[in-house]
Amino acid sequence: MLRCESLTKTYPSGGRDLTVVKDISFSLEPGGFLAIVGPSGSGKTTLLGLLAGLDRPTSGSVYLDGESLDRLDEDARARLRGEKVGFVFQSFQLIPTLTALENVQVPLELRGMEAGPRATELLARVGLGGREHHYPAQLSGGEQQRVALARAFSNRPRVLFADEPTGNLDARTGATVVDLMVELNRDLGTTLVLVTHDQDIAARARRTIRLADGVIVADSAA
Amino acid sequence: MTAGFVWRMAWREGRAAARRLLLLTASVTAGVAALVAINSFTDNLRLSVREQARSLLGADLSLSSQQPFNPGVEALIDTLGEAGVARVTTFGAMAYTPSGAGARLVQVSALDGSFPFYGEVVTAPAEAWRELQQGRRVIVDPSLLGALGAHVGDSLALGESRFAIAGTMTRMPGDVGMRSALGPRVFIPGRYTAATRLLAFGARVQREAFIRLPPGRAAQPIADRYRATLRAQSVRIRTVGEDQQNLDNALQRLGNYLGLVALIALLLGGLGVASATHVFIRQKTETIAVIRCLGATAGDVFAIYVAQAAAMGVLGSVAGAAIGVAIQQALPHVLASLLPVDISTSPSWTAIAVGIGTGLWVAIAFALLPLLTARRVPPLAALRQAYESGAAAREPWRIPAFVLLAASVLGLSVLQAGGWRAGTGFAAGIGLAIALLWAAALLLIRSVRRWLPGRWPYVWRQGLANLHRPANQTMAVVLSLGFGAFLLATLFLAQYNLLEELRITGGPGRPNLVFFDIQPEQIEGVARELRTRGYPVSSPVPIVPMRIQSVKGRPVAEVVADTMRRNRSRGRGGGGGWALRREYRSTYRDTTVASEKLVAGRWWPVTRAPSAPVPVSMEMDVAADLGVRLGDEIVWDVQGTPVTSRIVNLRDVDWARFEPNFFAVFASGALESAPQTLVVLTRTPDAAARGRLQRQLAERFPNVTSFDLAIVQEAVERLVSRVVLAIRFMALFSLTTGAVVLAGAVSTSRYQRMRESALLKTLGASRRQVIQVVLAEYVALGVLSAVAALMLAIAAGWALSRLLFDLPFRLPLGAVAGLVGGMAVLAVVIGVWGSIDVVRRTPLEALRGS
Repeated sequence: MLRCESLTKTYPSGGRDLTVVKDISFSLEPGGFLAIVGPSGSGKTTLLGLLAGLDRPTSGSVYLDGESLDRLDEDARARLRGEKVGFVFQSFQLIPTLTALENVQVPLELRGMEAGPRATELLARVGLGGREHHYPAQLSGGEQQRVALARAFSNRPRVLFADEPTGNLDARTGATVVDLMVELNRDLGTTLVLVTHDQDIAARARRTIRLADGVIVADSAA
Repeated sequence: MTAGFVWRMAWREGRAAARRLLLLTASVTAGVAALVAINSFTDNLRLSVREQARSLLGADLSLSSQQPFNPGVEALIDTLGEAGVARVTTFGAMAYTPSGAGARLVQVSALDGSFPFYGEVVTAPAEAWRELQQGRRVIVDPSLLGALGAHVGDSLALGESRFAIAGTMTRMPGDVGMRSALGPRVFIPGRYTAATRLLAFGARVQREAFIRLPPGRAAQPIADRYRATLRAQSVRIRTVGEDQQNLDNALQRLGNYLGLVALIALLLGGLGVASATHVFIRQKTETIAVIRCLGATAGDVFAIYVAQAAAMGVLGSVAGAAIGVAIQQALPHVLASLLPVDISTSPSWTAIAVGIGTGLWVAIAFALLPLLTARRVPPLAALRQAYESGAAAREPWRIPAFVLLAASVLGLSVLQAGGWRAGTGFAAGIGLAIALLWAAALLLIRSVRRWLPGRWPYVWRQGLANLHRPANQTMAVVLSLGFGAFLLATLFLAQYNLLEELRITGGPGRPNLVFFDIQPEQIEGVARELRTRGYPVSSPVPIVPMRIQSVKGRPVAEVVADTMRRNRSRGRGGGGGWALRREYRSTYRDTTVASEKLVAGRWWPVTRAPSAPVPVSMEMDVAADLGVRLGDEIVWDVQGTPVTSRIVNLRDVDWARFEPNFFAVFASGALESAPQTLVVLTRTPDAAARGRLQRQLAERFPNVTSFDLAIVQEAVERLVSRVVLAIRFMALFSLTTGAVVLAGAVSTSRYQRMRESALLKTLGASRRQVIQVVLAEYVALGVLSAVAALMLAIAAGWALSRLLFDLPFRLPLGAVAGLVGGMAVLAVVIGVWGSIDVVRRTPLEALRGS
């Protein structure tokens, strides 16, 4: 489902080149659940960005659902994201000017699809039935992350990328959100890739990759 | 992605930012309002002119000349005028009431026949016009009654005749306010003209025959057929169609110029749109990144925000059009005295559509460049706020967007100016002013960043540093405020210089009263009258009327025919040759006077051979029109006697000085015995004395007319101030737009300011200190904008005076600096006022609110 080969990313920083991700290769089967862990600055978020096609690697390749991202231009990658990828961010990243329902509708509407009933259903499923017309600012952190989760699943993604999804939540709310993700992963067969600091959450993944200084130092599947 | 999604997203996104977008909307409103108002008004005016066309001339055809019509022309008038002929003879005269104290130079129109054939003459009382021919009656401009302290029913002296004032003239077909500017009009029955004895030698008389054609006979073919023949006999033929065309062109030009002032407001609004969009997109970076993560392409995101800008553009333009239609009702009142027709105000749908279209176009063209940044927001920015994209690729659409913007400004300018030259010049001027203001803002940003002294008090450093920190408003404020101030100061300077040049009574020693049409035998008497009253008398200036007979050996008729043929083949119509055909009023003397200077050749020696051609000095522009140079020969027809002259020098004449100036000055010794009149100038201390003197001389020398320069000055100033009022009215829209753009800049930076102030207060800053920080920033912005605007305005004012009006440039520095400084103060007030809220809030409130 997801495969990367010799992935390297270098940024120019303060006049020098800084390699954040170095020669990383691995693959993940459909329906898998991978946790990427490591200390701050180890390259977790950069790796996630490369896997999701949000950025281009300096060298190496990423294959998502059998398709090589290198060959796709910016717009084609956007379309691929719209069809096959879902995102959950640490800071929720709901669009503040849109209601909960509208936020969930966006990915489907982008593809010109009827979005209302499915968005309502997903919001009910994450426990937010009746809050459809609230704006993000009117929801708590946990609720906002659940809207983000509903949005991430609205287009039935093949892969869901989550960047510290519980980072801004208290332990209990965080656990609820992870429960929901696992449940959706199981019910819909979505592949999950999750970046986290939290050992407890990492422990629930079927596979864990540990990064340090941009390289894989441990892989539970190895 | 579907178009539906784009509009839906644009709507949802816009809904939440309504207040901020409203500023974008308001930026174009005033400009569109001005454009719709002025274009609707011009449309109305031209429609009215078309509807009332026949009454413009009052007849189908008119033949006019400054000489009596010869028998051939009289025969033609008789043939054409079988359905009706009316004649009007117009000349200058002194008018006074036997019981009153003053006298006034008036334009007498003596009427024969029942003029007008079309249109209506409105007098008070209404029957006055109908009854004019029934006796020694006169109808006068209301202003004359005021000037002489006379009333309807009083007696009015014109030359050696007395008339009863039968009423006042309210409206005459085809009459433009300017026509009466240099002297009130007086209408008398034609049969009493001779009795006035005013048509003495040298009097300027215009004779006009108005012809009514039988029904079904078109005027234009007749005019076209006889024009060339009549021109050779110095007779001008006009038709309603030509009058209408001329008026139409003049109105179009007036509309174009006022429209350009409106366009400035709109372009200034465009800058406001650009700056508001710039800040807006920067604040939307995170949202854009998220939408990109969710699968939107760069094009999708761009489309959403372009749709938003377009919607705002339409909204602002529609609002502007509505306001414009309302303002249009007011315009006839501002411009009424300049208009030749009664005007009906009805909304012009063309003007409204053009206004809305232009507003929308300006909004999009100016929003496009800043909107392109939306294309460059990487989806990764959703993961990392301070996303460093490294060497970001250059936006390939930047150059096309910039070209589109420049082409739009140029296109709109050319359309509004009604021609390539004026349009390009206007667009280049605007572009240059904006570029220089932009450079000034950039200079400020850079120099504050580099040279802000570390020893200055903290509040000043903090306030000034705001000028260069991210999301600063320096550019937006300097451009909007600077441009607005520049525009107003330039208008002020242009007006000041025009009026200053026309200030003819200035200078304690300069004459302020001119007597002309003095016959040679009267000069002694006139001079004595002046001297006995203790007034100075200038040496009399002789005036000899003459025409050109041949130039460089070729008869004038031949040269005129050539000129007309050449002009026709160049597509300039068949006109031209005016300098060859006109009557010259020349003088003779052997030196230059104060209002002229020699530009080529030398003044002549006092003695010359009697048989040699008379040395003549020509004014440089008329010499160019005649196509003559130094050494060329001109033969003049001086009342039937040919006089051969040779050009020995050329002069540059300052015509704006109200002194006797001449196209041709002959050496003395040749024209002394020719029929001539004389002019003398004098100076009296006050208006009452001038009135008395004019009156006394008018009684003793009825044919001698006199000119009170102060009255002419007033008339000219009144005329200029009417035009200036119209321009100022339009400039008001630019000022409004400037204020909106300024308010926009203040409000877009409020959010950031609020957080900053909250943090400062959390860290222990007092309210006073927070206000000082804001004050420091706005004082710096205000001062820089004012100084930049002042310098630009001085440069523009200089260029207008020297290059366009051909006048010396005078700089009322105090007044201009006061005007511009006032705007700077206004900016500080708006800025601080907009930030009051920031100061008033508690830090916690502000931090939570963010």
